[in-house]
Amino acid sequence: MTVVLEVRDLQKTFGAVVAAKDINVTISEHEIIGIIGANGAGKTTFVNMVTGYLKPTSGHIEFAGRNIMGLPPRTITNLGISRSFQVPQVFASETVFDNLMMAYAITEESGLGLLSPLYNDERAARVDSHLARYQVAEYRNATSSTLPQGVRKLLDIAMAAVSKPSLLMLDEPTSGISVEEKFGLMDIIMDALRQDQTTVLFIEHDMEIVERYVSRVLAFYQGEIICDAPVAEALVDPGVREFVIGEEYHRTRTANGLGVENGGRL
Amino acid sequence: MRYMDKTVVGLSIAFLVLLFADFFMAEWVRFIGLQSLARGAVALGLLVLWRTGLVSFGHALYFGFGAYAAAMLTLIGYHDAFFLVFAGTLAAGVLAFLLGFLLRRYRAIFFALLNMAFSMILYGVIVKTEALGSTDGFSVLTPTFLGYAPEGEAVQTTLFIFTLVFTYIVTVGVHLYLKTTLGGMSMAVRENEIRVEYLGYSAEKVIHVKYVFSGLVAGFGGAIMALAIGQVDPDSMANWTVSGEFVFITILSGIGNVGATFIGALVFELIRTYAFEYAPLVWQFILGGSLLTIIMFLPDGIWSLFGRLRKSEKAPNP
Repeated sequence: MTVVLEVRDLQKTFGAVVAAKDINVTISEHEIIGIIGANGAGKTTFVNMVTGYLKPTSGHIEFAGRNIMGLPPRTITNLGISRSFQVPQVFASETVFDNLMMAYAITEESGLGLLSPLYNDERAARVDSHLARYQVAEYRNATSSTLPQGVRKLLDIAMAAVSKPSLLMLDEPTSGISVEEKFGLMDIIMDALRQDQTTVLFIEHDMEIVERYVSRVLAFYQGEIICDAPVAEALVDPGVREFVIGEEYHRTRTANGLGVENGGRL
Repeated sequence: MRYMDKTVVGLSIAFLVLLFADFFMAEWVRFIGLQSLARGAVALGLLVLWRTGLVSFGHALYFGFGAYAAAMLTLIGYHDAFFLVFAGTLAAGVLAFLLGFLLRRYRAIFFALLNMAFSMILYGVIVKTEALGSTDGFSVLTPTFLGYAPEGEAVQTTLFIFTLVFTYIVTVGVHLYLKTTLGGMSMAVRENEIRVEYLGYSAEKVIHVKYVFSGLVAGFGGAIMALAIGQVDPDSMANWTVSGEFVFITILSGIGNVGATFIGALVFELIRTYAFEYAPLVWQFILGGSLLTIIMFLPDGIWSLFGRLRKSEKAPNP
C-alpha cells in the first residue's frame, strides 16, 4: 500500500511543557485510523502540527513524498490534507447552502477564476448533491448558527471534504453529540468518505465508536504514542487500558452495563 | 436569457437621469452632487472593507493623498483631468498596496486606529511642508478635458459628467465584483478566517486586495474633490475628521448595496450644508444627532428602508 503520511521524530514543546515527543507514524492509503488518549495527551497537537496550524519544534513530516514541515495550512490543504474541528468552524451567519457554495468556490477557483461569478447553476448542483450525501439537505436554507450541534458538525466535516482530500483529519467528530445520535452521525460521515476513498484519521473518546469504525489505533499519553496497533490489539493493550481507557471503563461496564458513554473520557 | 441585475438597472437609470439633469442643475446643487460622488466613492471602498469585517478610521490618508497628488501635478504643468484623476487614483492605490503588507495583519480596533495613525502622519507632513502651503493648502487651476478647456459654468458641468461617468463605471464594477468568488470571500473572511485558510486560501491576501481597492477609490474621490473645489488643504482633505466623515457616510448608507453609498453621501452633504447654513453655532450637534438617530432607528443604514418597504409589500395583511 502507498504511504500517504510519514511522520518521524516529531517534537513540540511550549517552554518546559512537552506537548509531543518522539512521534513516529506511517499512514497508508485508505486506512481508517482512530486517535485515542486522555485530555491533554497531545492528540489535537498532533493534528495541528500535521495540518500546519502549529509549527513543530523538530522532526519530519512527509505527505505523499513531499516535506510539508512548516508550511501554512492553506498550502497543506491544497496539497491534499483537510481537517475538521472539535468546535465546528463554519460561516455562522450564512446558510448551509452558502457555506458550501463558498467552500466549493474557494476550492475550485484560483488566479483570474476568482473573478468569475461565485454562483453558477453547475456549482449549485454540486453543492446540493454534497448536501444530500451528508444528509443535511433539509437544512439547506437554515442559518448555520441556528443548526443543531450534530448538523453543524456534519457541515464542518462536509466543508472539509469539499476539496476531496486524500487525507482527512477529524478532530472529535462526535464530541457534544448525544449517545443515540453518535452512530448515525458516524455512519453518514464514513459512508460519504468511503465514496471518495479518503484516508481518514479521527480523534475519538468513545471506545465503541473506535471499535466499530477504525482499523488501526494510535494511543497518545503525555505527548507520546504508547500504542500503534490494529484496533483489537490496541484495546486490550495494558498501557492503553491503564492510561487511556482507564480500569473504570471495565468495572462500570460489568457492574451495571452502563458507563460506555463515559468510557475513558473522564 | 439571463435576468437583468436590478442594481445595475437602477444605477444605469440614476446615471442617465443625472447626466440629463446636469444641464439644468443649479450651480450649488451640482456642487453638492460632485462632493457626494467624490465622498460616495470613498465610502464605496469602506463598504468593501466593512463587508470583510474591517472598519478604517483613516481613509482620509488615501483621499488626501489622491487629492494632493493630483493637485501637485497641476503645479508642474499638467492640467488634463483624465491624467490628474488617473494619477491621483494610482498614487493612492500604490500607497495602499505598500501599507497593505502591514495592515493586512491587523483586525478590529487595531486595524481602524493604525489606519488613522498613518493618515495623521500624512496630515503632519502636509502641515509642515511650506512648499505645499502648510495649513492653507494651495489652489488647483481649472482642468482641461482631453484638450477641451471649458470656461465659466461649463467647467463644473463638464467635471460633473466626467465624475459621473467614472463613478458609474466603478460602482457597477464593484457591484459585479462583490458577486465574484473573490468579492464574496469578504463574507468568508469576516465570518471565519480559520475556515478560509483550511479551504486553501489566504485570508490576508483577500484583505490586501480589498484594501488596495479601497485605497484606489479613495484616491479617485480625493482627486475629484481637488478639482471640484479648486483647492486642496490638509484640514478638509487629510485630517482625521475627514476619515470620520467617511465612516459616518458608511453607517448612514449601510452596506447593503453599492448605490446606497451615494444616497448616504448625498444625505450627509445636505445635512451638513443646511445645518451649517441655518445653525452655524450648533451644526456639529445636528450632525451628531442625525448619526445617533440613524444608529438607533436604522442600524443597517438608509438602505434597510428599501428592504423594509419590500418586505411590507410581500407580507400578507393580517
